[in-house]
Amino acid sequence: MMFLRAVATMFLGLSFILVVALSSTGLLAQEADPVARGEYLVNTSGCHDCHTPWGMGPNGPEPDMSRALSGHPADLQVGPPPDLSEEWVWAGNPTNTAYVGPWGVSFTANLTPDPETGVLRDMSEGQFIDTIRNGRHMGQGRPILPPMPWPAYRNMTDEDLSAIYGYLQQIDPIPNAVPEPLPPGQ
Amino acid sequence: MSVPIIARSRRTGATLGVALALSAILAALAEPVQPSLGETAPADLFATGLYTDPATRSVDPRHLVFSPQYPLWTDGAAKRRWMSLPPGTQIDASDLDRWAFPAGTRFWKEFAFDGHPVETRYMEHLGEGRWVFATYEWSADGRQAPLAPERGRADAWPLSDGRTHAIPGRTDCRVCHGSGPAPVLGFSALQLSPDRDPGAPHAEPLPLDAVDLAVLVERGLIANAPAGPAPRIPAADPVERAALGYLHANCGHCHNDRGALADLGFDLAHGLKDGTAAARTTSFGVVLKDPPAGLPDGIELRIAPGDPAASALLHRASSRDRLLQMPPLGTALVDEEAIALLARWIAKQPRAGDPAPQTEGEIR
Repeated sequence: MMFLRAVATMFLGLSFILVVALSSTGLLAQEADPVARGEYLVNTSGCHDCHTPWGMGPNGPEPDMSRALSGHPADLQVGPPPDLSEEWVWAGNPTNTAYVGPWGVSFTANLTPDPETGVLRDMSEGQFIDTIRNGRHMGQGRPILPPMPWPAYRNMTDEDLSAIYGYLQQIDPIPNAVPEPLPPGQ
Repeated sequence: MSVPIIARSRRTGATLGVALALSAILAALAEPVQPSLGETAPADLFATGLYTDPATRSVDPRHLVFSPQYPLWTDGAAKRRWMSLPPGTQIDASDLDRWAFPAGTRFWKEFAFDGHPVETRYMEHLGEGRWVFATYEWSADGRQAPLAPERGRADAWPLSDGRTHAIPGRTDCRVCHGSGPAPVLGFSALQLSPDRDPGAPHAEPLPLDAVDLAVLVERGLIANAPAGPAPRIPAADPVERAALGYLHANCGHCHNDRGALADLGFDLAHGLKDGTAAARTTSFGVVLKDPPAGLPDGIELRIAPGDPAASALLHRASSRDRLLQMPPLGTALVDEEAIALLARWIAKQPRAGDPAPQTEGEIR
């Protein structure tokens, strides 16, 4: 009898610890609120690393959050790409939003819900999920170019990708018409 | 004495119940999380039921051979196609452009280059709109055909100009088969019409044992088949008929008015009820919203009537630059025969400002 009471007490204690742990990490909140989950995923999956232009801050290079997730600045012209070699096959610009490599020059997309320039403006949630799953623009068009790490993100669940889409739909829109990529040699 | 025993039993039961419930919760939390990458497919082509004798590659004679009148361009691959309906079932043709197939329907398409089978694609309807998509890659000796990798296989067969055929990935299957009104693309009233278009690019002679729409109706394999003449694309002339058919088969699975890209307002699929070709109304003189990377400067219209060189559609179909090419997957070589046909069709269209075309009987 004492043993069973001890087991019951232990399970209750464990469940209490579990609930506290989930609450303290926000996991329960994320479960209840997909937008919160999306924010968590965006902030921990490196989206700002490339989709938010970097500038020189007091701690060195860091994302300029006043332009959060707005992609490569339209007013920032990139010069001719550097000469690359077999040892150094790709390079990025100072804002970490433009890259050159064997695929040409790619620019990070504006992920904000700007109705004129946001890349998601004509993309449904299903198309967004397909885009990440198969690495194709709009889920069925041209390939998404490096260094977008969609092969890693394609392993997310539908629920997580849906949460990211939901979060991106309600962040501040920032008008910024990102240029189209350039083919190799241009 | 019996009351304490019952009470203890209840407490013990309750405690065990709580323990079991918590164990179940913890077990659920420990379940690995898997992304949704599609339904599970048989590990081997020979497990799909295509052959009665895999050793001799003898196809089950109960399967139906078919050949669409407007084939999809796959860099000149020779194709063989079969489908299987569960015994006693029918295809529901109530929606002319979207046949409904019973659960258990299976399709196979074999792709061969230079006389060698390279891959066989497979679709199986699990019911309620859930389909298995898979591709099986043939070994060099043609004796084995295991499931291709989930991401497909690049460089599966050498083509010309240093290009290679790529076996599509599992999610690539859904790009085409999941983007239109129906997941089955080459087996439809239009594609199986007995009134086959002799001008269709790469038109295949109908195999002797192949079924067409008339045979399917005759065998009672189609329910709610509409009466009337064999389906045919209405067109001003044979060039237009073949061009619209080619666009339907090679572009219309994505560019249609019912799929994910419907908001583009660019419909190259031919609906059998269409009075006027949607390919004309949604492309002639329509300005591009977002010109793609690689499109020459000055190209502003989807199709510029009378001016093939100014038509974005022709530039994209003529390109195999990965940023510009159309279709964006499934082909590595330009379909020159089709490009010539589409150019002829566009060139025949009156330019804006041209006098309206007249027929001989109207000239006074």
